[in-house]
Amino acid sequence: MAFFHALQINENVCEGCSHCMRVCPTEAIRVRDGKAHINENRCIDCGNCFIACPHKAVFVKQDDFEEIFKYPCRVALVPAVFLGQFKNDISVSRIYAILNEIGFQHVIETEITTPIYTEAKNRLEREGNNKPLISSFCPAIVRLIQVKFPGLVENIMPVKAPLDITAMYIKRKLEKDGWRNDDIGVFYVTPCAAKIAAVKSPVGEERSWVDGVINMDSLYNRVYKKIKEQGHDYKEVKLPIAQLTSDSILTSLTNGERRLSVAEHSLSIDGIDNVIEFLEKVENDEIEDVDFLELRACDQSCPGGILTYNNRFLTCERMFNRARYVAGKERRGELTRAQEVEDERAYLLENVSVDEVEPRSISLDPDISKALEKMNKIKELERMLPQIDCGICGAPTCDALAEDIVCNGCKLSDCIFVQRNMEANKDMKVEDSLKIWEDIWGYEKIEKFRQNK
Amino acid sequence: MHLEYTVVEGDFVNAGSASSAIKKTLKQLSVNPSIVKRVVVALYEAEVNAIAHAYGGVVTADIDAGKILLRVIDKGPGIPDIDWAMQEGNSTASPEVRNMGFGAGMGLPNIKKNVDRLDVQSTVGVGTTVEMEVNLS
Repeated sequence: MAFFHALQINENVCEGCSHCMRVCPTEAIRVRDGKAHINENRCIDCGNCFIACPHKAVFVKQDDFEEIFKYPCRVALVPAVFLGQFKNDISVSRIYAILNEIGFQHVIETEITTPIYTEAKNRLEREGNNKPLISSFCPAIVRLIQVKFPGLVENIMPVKAPLDITAMYIKRKLEKDGWRNDDIGVFYVTPCAAKIAAVKSPVGEERSWVDGVINMDSLYNRVYKKIKEQGHDYKEVKLPIAQLTSDSILTSLTNGERRLSVAEHSLSIDGIDNVIEFLEKVENDEIEDVDFLELRACDQSCPGGILTYNNRFLTCERMFNRARYVAGKERRGELTRAQEVEDERAYLLENVSVDEVEPRSISLDPDISKALEKMNKIKELERMLPQIDCGICGAPTCDALAEDIVCNGCKLSDCIFVQRNMEANKDMKVEDSLKIWEDIWGYEKIEKFRQNK
Repeated sequence: MHLEYTVVEGDFVNAGSASSAIKKTLKQLSVNPSIVKRVVVALYEAEVNAIAHAYGGVVTADIDAGKILLRVIDKGPGIPDIDWAMQEGNSTASPEVRNMGFGAGMGLPNIKKNVDRLDVQSTVGVGTTVEMEVNLS
């Protein structure tokens, strides 16, 4: 089965410097022929490679913006984080107006269905099976568990993420307004690569309710350009009511779901390394008495998404301010737009479930005796390798090289320690070891050094 | 495949290091996750037993295509009455150990629940060997 990945490597730009290889949490990257290659079965679209790349060779594939005009009825499905990208003096109303102006007749924020999502999750939490229940909110985490913690897939809540619930809601509403389903195009503005993968190859569902994806950074540019064009003369038309409840505004921040959870004991963990460290313990059954886990791959959760523009801490601050402002309105008894979703509560709750998540484990061989045989060889090789994880073989660790030797046709002589030893023993000529370097790091890089001598 | 780990008396901090390492191996062998979980839970309990009640010991694992055979061999006081120890709630743990959240008398019963075969051999004053077998398919 092929997995769609939003993260891709532009080979024309890639220098094969291996920065990405060293930060990949699932060891999905190898350098061959002077370029980084991503193993699609292992990649979880977390974006660590994107952040680490000094040459901007890792890019996030998105749909062409003009795609939106294929649909007569166009919806921008915008996460609250997008509104948090702008300075405080640029109002939510103004951004909504600009989104209308650049082509979307309808703008709806992802988190508007947070009350539905929360209700569905709290029902599961009250049932109390498969503890600790793990939120399905962050698609990079869902994929991480599929690949690295297959024993925990049953703990993932089989509930659609708010972005899918909201897409489902807005389509139903617009159909009721008279639009044909095929004429409605819902475009999600994504802060990260994992959400694109979630839309293009959903887990636990046949297809997504979202029709296309726009990267947050590119939409930021479009909107900001309009703001600049409008200048100071801009006359703002205020939106009649607040779009989200204060609780909903905060959903995508760390602790955003936990605040609304009925679970007695719950934790919020952000940052993929922190999550991995904790899941190791959960998998060993070392963690007792935790009912619910909110896990997010990025530091500070969605404000830390790789496609955001603003500093993640400032984004959080802006979102808190917005939530505080709306909370004041709520205290005065003012309604928010979230009220309109309540009319569809029953329908949405009925359709909020997804199938159970399947593991996507990386095995040495489907046949266990062959796998054992391979593992014996791998263990033997691991003892022969220097265990300093220098990465010069084009694999992130010595153990990864050992596995590549057994499973992917690499050679023990890819290791520089082995090469030097073979040269010293006259088992290998210097030209031969340089040829190995060429295969890994590319002709150009090696040639550069030949000319430098 | 044969794997071996050492367990140190009173070292609760490192309890679970053998089960973690064996878990990693079984995952790579794509053993069914629910079976891996049973192995890890049983071995973790046995590890804690050796740390709490004995003077440390060794954990060995022998994996073949059909099963995993685990042995936790400790040097320790031994168990005078194995049948008594196999019952839920029975424990000889010191108050100190109980304060750390261990010693509820669930160790051996919990192991029994998770493995396909359990054999406890013990000589008072010498030590205890807990042998556990889990079918891998």
